[in-house]
Amino acid sequence: MEPLAIVSFLAAVLAATWRLATPFIFTSLGEVFSERAGVLNIGLEGVMLIGAFTAFAITFFTGSPVLGLAAAITSGLACGLLFAFLTVSLSANQIVVGAALNLVGLGLTSFLYRSIFSGRMETAREYVSFSPLEIPFLSSIRFFGDILFKQNLMVYATPIVVLLGSFILYRTAFGLSVRSTGEHPRTVDSAGLRVSMIRYASVLIGCGLAAVGGAYLTVAHTNQFNEGITSGRGFIALAVVVIGRWSPWGAFAVSLLFGFFYALQLRLQAVSGITIPYQFFQAMPYLLTLVVFVAMRRRAAPPGALGVPYKS
Amino acid sequence: METVEPEIAQKPPSRRSDLKKISFSPRYLFTLGRKMAPPVAALAAALLVGAILLYAAGYSPWYAYGVMWEGAFGSRNNLAETLLKATPLILIGSGLAVAFRSGIWNIGAEGQLYAGAVAATLAGIFFTGLPAMILVPLVLLAGMLSGAIWGGLAGFLKVRFGASEIVTTIMLNFIAIIATSYLVTGPMIEEVGKFPQTAQIADAARLPRILFPTRLHIGFLLAMGVALASYLLLFKSSRGYALRTVGISPDAARYAGINVGAGLMISMAISGGAAGLAGATEVAGLTFRLYQEISPGYGFDGIAVALLANNNPIGVIFTGILFGALRSGSEVMQMNAQVPSVLVSVIQGVVLLSAAALGVFRITVAESRKE
Repeated sequence: MEPLAIVSFLAAVLAATWRLATPFIFTSLGEVFSERAGVLNIGLEGVMLIGAFTAFAITFFTGSPVLGLAAAITSGLACGLLFAFLTVSLSANQIVVGAALNLVGLGLTSFLYRSIFSGRMETAREYVSFSPLEIPFLSSIRFFGDILFKQNLMVYATPIVVLLGSFILYRTAFGLSVRSTGEHPRTVDSAGLRVSMIRYASVLIGCGLAAVGGAYLTVAHTNQFNEGITSGRGFIALAVVVIGRWSPWGAFAVSLLFGFFYALQLRLQAVSGITIPYQFFQAMPYLLTLVVFVAMRRRAAPPGALGVPYKS
Repeated sequence: METVEPEIAQKPPSRRSDLKKISFSPRYLFTLGRKMAPPVAALAAALLVGAILLYAAGYSPWYAYGVMWEGAFGSRNNLAETLLKATPLILIGSGLAVAFRSGIWNIGAEGQLYAGAVAATLAGIFFTGLPAMILVPLVLLAGMLSGAIWGGLAGFLKVRFGASEIVTTIMLNFIAIIATSYLVTGPMIEEVGKFPQTAQIADAARLPRILFPTRLHIGFLLAMGVALASYLLLFKSSRGYALRTVGISPDAARYAGINVGAGLMISMAISGGAAGLAGATEVAGLTFRLYQEISPGYGFDGIAVALLANNNPIGVIFTGILFGALRSGSEVMQMNAQVPSVLVSVIQGVVLLSAAALGVFRITVAESRKE
C-alpha cells in the first residue's frame, strides 16, 4: 500500500475503533460494578439483546431515540431486578440464572421481532437514530478529526460515564461498600450495612448499563434490529472485565483494544491481497483473554466473594 | 430445604443398600415424587409463560402446543427426530453433570462439540480405506479425544494459572467456532462446489441407522450408554465419590488426601470428551460433513439439560429427550402453525429460571452435603 493509503486506512480503523468499543464500554463498566459486589452475571448477552430490541421497538414507534434509550434502560433494570431477586434474595446459582437470561433474551427478542415486525414493509423504513455529531473546528483537524470528533452522542458519553463510574467506585461510601461486599460480605454485614441492598444496586447498575450497550447497537451504531444482533458482545464484555482487572478505566482501555480488533477485522475483509485470514482478528479478543490469564498468573485475582451467595 | 432423607442418611453408601433403594416402596415413590415435583413445576411455569406470549402475539396457545406435541411425538419419524436432537443433549448433559458435581463450571460444551466435530471429520475424510468396524470407532474416538483436550485445556488453565473456567470456557467456545469457520472456508473446503463446507466423510465412517426408515442412528444408544456410565462413575465408584467431594468442599477433599487439581482436570476432560463425542455423532450420524454453525447451540442447551436433571446423568436422559422434543416440536410448529420456533428458547430459559427460583439447585447442594 501507498504510505498515504496506509494513513487513511489507519484513520478509518481508529475511527471505527471507538465506535465499536462503545457497547463493550457500557456493558463491561456495568459488569465491573456487579462483579465488584460479588455477583457474576454471565447473562449480559441476553440483557444486551433485550435492551437492543426495546430501544429499537420504542424508537421505531415513537420516532425518538432518547425515548428508546430510556425504555432500554428500564428493560435492563427489570432484568436486573429479576436477576437480583433470584440470586440475592433466593440465593439461586448465578451461573444458572445468567445462562437462563441468555436463553430468554435471545428467544424473547427474536420471537417478538418476528411476531411484530415480520412482513411489515415499514421495517425497512429507516428510523431516526443518534447521528454523528461533528464538533466545529475540531472535526476538521486532519486524521484526529475523523477519529475523535465525528462520533455520535453515545460514543462521546463513554469517557464521562467511565469517569463517573470510577469516581463512584473509588471515591464514595457506596463504592467502598460495593468493593467490600465483593471481597468480604460478612465484614460489610457486621458494619451494619445491608449486603443484599448493595448487591441489588450493583446488579441493577450492571444490567442497566448492559441494556445501554445493547441499545447503542440499534439506535446509534445502526438503525435496525436483527436477531442476535449483539453477536457475542455480552460474552466479550465478561472477558473485558477480567483483562481490565475489574476496574472501570481498565475496562475502558481493554474495550478500546477489542474495538480495534473488531475494526481491523472488518476493514481487512474489504482489503484485497491480505493473506491473514480475517478469522484470526475475530478470534483475537478471545485468544488475548487466555494469554492474559497465563501472563498474569494468579495476580488476576477476582473479587474474593465473586459468585458466592451471602446468607446472614 | 435442608431435609434429610432417612434411607440414605442412616446407612453408609454401599452397593447393597443402593440396590434395595430401587424397589418401588411407598417411601421411595414419595422421595422420587418430591424430587420430580420442582422440575415438573418449572416446566409447567415455562409452558404457561410460553402460552401467554403466544396469546399476546395473536396465536392460539392450544393449537400451537398441539402442533408442537404432534411434531415431537406424533409419528415414528417425528419421534426419531426428537431422539436425534436429544442425542447430543444427553451426551453433553451427562458430561456436564460430572463437571458440575465436581464443582467446575464448564460453559464450554459448545466449543468442545466443535472441536470434536472437526477431529471426527478429519478422521472420516482421511482414513478412507478402513472398514466400518474400525473406522466408526476411530471417528468417535477422535471426536472424543479432541473434545477432551479442548475441555482439559480450560481445566489446565484453572489448575495451573487460577483462570476462572467460566471465562476461559466461554472464550474457548468462540475460538473453536471461529477456527471451524476458518477451516471450512479455507484449508478444509471441499474440492468441488466450493461451498463453505468440507467433503463428505467416507461411507464406512457413517453411523448405522437403527429405526428404518428414519434417520435415527446408533448414536442415540451410545448416548444412553454414556449417561449410564456417567451415573455409575459419579454415584457408584470411589473416584466419583472423590469428585463429588471436590465439588462440595475442595478444602475437605484436600484434607482427605484427594488431589483436587487432578480431579478438576479429569472432570473437565470427561465433560469435554462427552461434548466432543456429541460433535462426532452429529458428523458421523447426520451431516456427514462439517460446515459453519453445525450446532444450533446444543452446548448451551446441554447446560440447562444437566441442571434441570439436578446433575444426575439418569435424569439427563429424560431432560435431554424433553429438550429434544421442544426443539423438534417447535420446528414443526413453525412449519405448520407459522409460530416462530425461537419460542422454544424462551420456554427453556424460563424452565431454568423457575427451577432456580424453586430451589432445585440448592437441593443438590443440600443432598450432596449429607451423603
